Amino acid sequence: MSNDTLRDLSQNPLVQRLGVPRIPVLRRHSPGAPLLTGPALVGVIGAGAFAEPVRALLEDAAVEVIASPDAGDEGKVAAVVLDATAARTLDDLAAVQQFLTPAVKRLAPGGRLLVLSPESDPSEGPLAGPSIDTDVEAAAVAQAFDGLIRSAGKEVRAGATANLLVVSPDAAIGSSVRFFLSARSTYVDGQVVHVGPATVEEPADVEHPLAGRVAVVTGAARGIGAAIAATLARDGATVVAVDIPAAGESLARVANQAGGTALQLDITAPDAAQRLIAHVQERHGHVDLVVHNAGITRDKLLANMDADRWNAVMAVNLRSQLTINAALLESDVLSDSGRIVCVASTSGIAGNRGQTNYAASKAGVIGMVRALAPKLAERGATINAIAPGFIETEMTATMPLGTREAGRRINSLRQGGLPVDVAETVGWLGQAASGGVTGQVVRVCGQSLLGA
Amino acid sequence: MPKTARRAAVIGGNRIPFARANGAYAQASNRDMLIATLDGLVARFGLAGLRIGEVAGGAVLKHSRDRDLTRESVLGSRLSPTTPAYDVQQACGTGLETAILVANKIALGQIESGIAAGVDTASDAPVAVNDDFRRVLMQLNRARSLGDRLRAVAGIRPGQIVPEIPQNAEPRTGLSMGEHMALTALQWKISREAQDELAVASHHNLAAAYDRGFFDDLVTPYLGLTRDANLRPDSSVEKLAKLKPVFGKGIGDGTGATMTAGNSTPLTDGASAVLLGSDGWAAEHKLPVLAHVVDAETAAVDFVHGSDTHGPDGLLTAPVFAVPRLLERNGLTLQDLDYYEIHEAFASTVLATLAAWEDPAFAKERLGLDAPLGPIDRSKLNVNGSSLATGHPFAATGGRIVASLAKQLHEKGPGSRGLISICAAEGQGVVAILEGA
Repeated sequence: MSNDTLRDLSQNPLVQRLGVPRIPVLRRHSPGAPLLTGPALVGVIGAGAFAEPVRALLEDAAVEVIASPDAGDEGKVAAVVLDATAARTLDDLAAVQQFLTPAVKRLAPGGRLLVLSPESDPSEGPLAGPSIDTDVEAAAVAQAFDGLIRSAGKEVRAGATANLLVVSPDAAIGSSVRFFLSARSTYVDGQVVHVGPATVEEPADVEHPLAGRVAVVTGAARGIGAAIAATLARDGATVVAVDIPAAGESLARVANQAGGTALQLDITAPDAAQRLIAHVQERHGHVDLVVHNAGITRDKLLANMDADRWNAVMAVNLRSQLTINAALLESDVLSDSGRIVCVASTSGIAGNRGQTNYAASKAGVIGMVRALAPKLAERGATINAIAPGFIETEMTATMPLGTREAGRRINSLRQGGLPVDVAETVGWLGQAASGGVTGQVVRVCGQSLLGA
Repeated sequence: MPKTARRAAVIGGNRIPFARANGAYAQASNRDMLIATLDGLVARFGLAGLRIGEVAGGAVLKHSRDRDLTRESVLGSRLSPTTPAYDVQQACGTGLETAILVANKIALGQIESGIAAGVDTASDAPVAVNDDFRRVLMQLNRARSLGDRLRAVAGIRPGQIVPEIPQNAEPRTGLSMGEHMALTALQWKISREAQDELAVASHHNLAAAYDRGFFDDLVTPYLGLTRDANLRPDSSVEKLAKLKPVFGKGIGDGTGATMTAGNSTPLTDGASAVLLGSDGWAAEHKLPVLAHVVDAETAAVDFVHGSDTHGPDGLLTAPVFAVPRLLERNGLTLQDLDYYEIHEAFASTVLATLAAWEDPAFAKERLGLDAPLGPIDRSKLNVNGSSLATGHPFAATGGRIVASLAKQLHEKGPGSRGLISICAAEGQGVVAILEGA
């Protein structure tokens, strides 16, 4: 999909000599590829309890683990992981800097910087505010990681990324660590994700983490939805690809390529939720993953907005999700490890001229996710939002050159993402093993300046 | 079908929207359309890479290159290449006949699953060299010496360039199907108004079915077409009344001129497929059973000569004879059925068929019945539209009807019954009963 001519040209040494910065070619996952292409440096602050499981996970994946920035052969490392979950004081934070400074120098192109930090108040769950007897310095230190990692994301070069996992003491971090270190997270940069506890079953086969799971993907006929269907199928899921009847021809192609099924359904129809649930009940008995991807734009300045444009966007982008989620909660069709992933947009966070309707619907999705997370937690299910930034699709290909170039470059990776980058993120959140991640908004935007 | 045999289940179907000839599918071949239709079925039921017991399919208008059209289409589809297939041809009865053949094999336990399919294009119709020229070519092919070859080539004449185009006329009577139908319409005194009313109902019923999402799991768009191109949701008796008759203009002193482009089906391109299986196969694959195939009957009439006691029968009246035999064998009356799917080759076909079943003299003299089958509740007729609205790609019509009726019966509930009646060229008719599951 990507026809990023500037990125391609910038690979040429002659063009680089003209002073054009090299735009990195991002590494992306292919089946059978190793988790990391080099050693990983794994550090720990104080009595952090997560360094050990991270080491074990890496060794399982045949990755060489180095314990100190000064150890090893001083060569490049593919990843730097720091367990800073025990950090409580400014002195601890200083130790973080002492570890990271030499470490990032060794980070290879396309490398991964992943820091695990404490919750601002470890006595409280992810969904509660600070309590009265909060340790104020610890809370300040916990929040400090936010600024640290977002800045580091802007500093690391050549397609490297920096992300932060805020982990509770009993967090189930396996699937998240694997995702953020792998090529699957290539366009996820500068993100802060909370990971809580979960009764986790690690996938039997990390190559097919969705094996045996049934996934419904709306808006699957093209673009990001088609990539989601293909990626989930690649990771082992049985995919029910949903789109409006008029899109049936390409929907059938997507479904057949994924070895799944096509369901032609207008999700704005009054009985759509019932039809969707009846379909998965009859054909699969249950559903493990519902991906609300369908979305439309009907751009108009607010001053010229009409009710039709407003209502059409709300009906597809938000109301359908509300209705289907409510019906899922009422039914027993969503499995115990049910995962709902809602595609929002960085427009819903930063706003966008001419998109009051679209941005409102996407911000509404984020509000819905936060409200539903505690309800779903009661049954072990999760709900999260993904906010794609500039993703190269048919839609962006028709943008005026100037707008398109600006959209592509104003992020830390200096390029647009691909539909598969959103799809990989869906795949991570859709795993049974990702039960500790809920109520989160993950941007897939290459750390865009918009909505950061 | 022996009563001890298990009944084949209709699991579902798929078709592409039907297009008027030389419209959206002008560049598509029979094979293209059949592959797209099979792939839509594969996507709907998750059959990718699966071996199906067999695929029976066919087309009425075929190129010589379309030898083993169905098997070639299977190879081009996402079905397993180990799925066998064969071609069937029985004029407009082809599509229903393939369903009967597949259902019978399932009933006998010879296969567990099967696909019945049909396709036709009037846009990409076969045009052949004329017979004179063909003879020259064959002679040239046989020639062994240069002299023989030259002699053969010398036989070529300018007139031989005129191609042989498939005719919509009966070889034995020279009459087109429309002219044949006009004779029958006149015989049964089918009025222009009644024909137009039936046509309007067909369009309105089809439009309403689309609007309520009935075709969401029966149709897959193709080449940009999302609904049948022939559908006119705003059709009205007033509009149709303005059309000039095209058939029957020279019969009955002008009273036979009742058939127009509005109450006759247009030449159409399209394809359909129906997935059938045993109940066990359906359950094993977690697929729904919409209906079961109860029984089927085929009849033929002598439309050429007639006998000592009566003249030639109407070309498209074979179902008039097939249905009473089918009902009797199953111990049913015509009124025991919940839905009637009578293929609208022409509006007058349906009306003449119903008139014949209501006529006491005809029942006695021609059907050998003490009493006529009697009238039907017209609100149960072609409830989701039929060929006048969808168009009629000859071999694809049977599959369209089987899948739609099965779904309609499933909505009505278990035990509901529906009749399918399809007339065909060459004086044939194929009829069947489905029972809702």
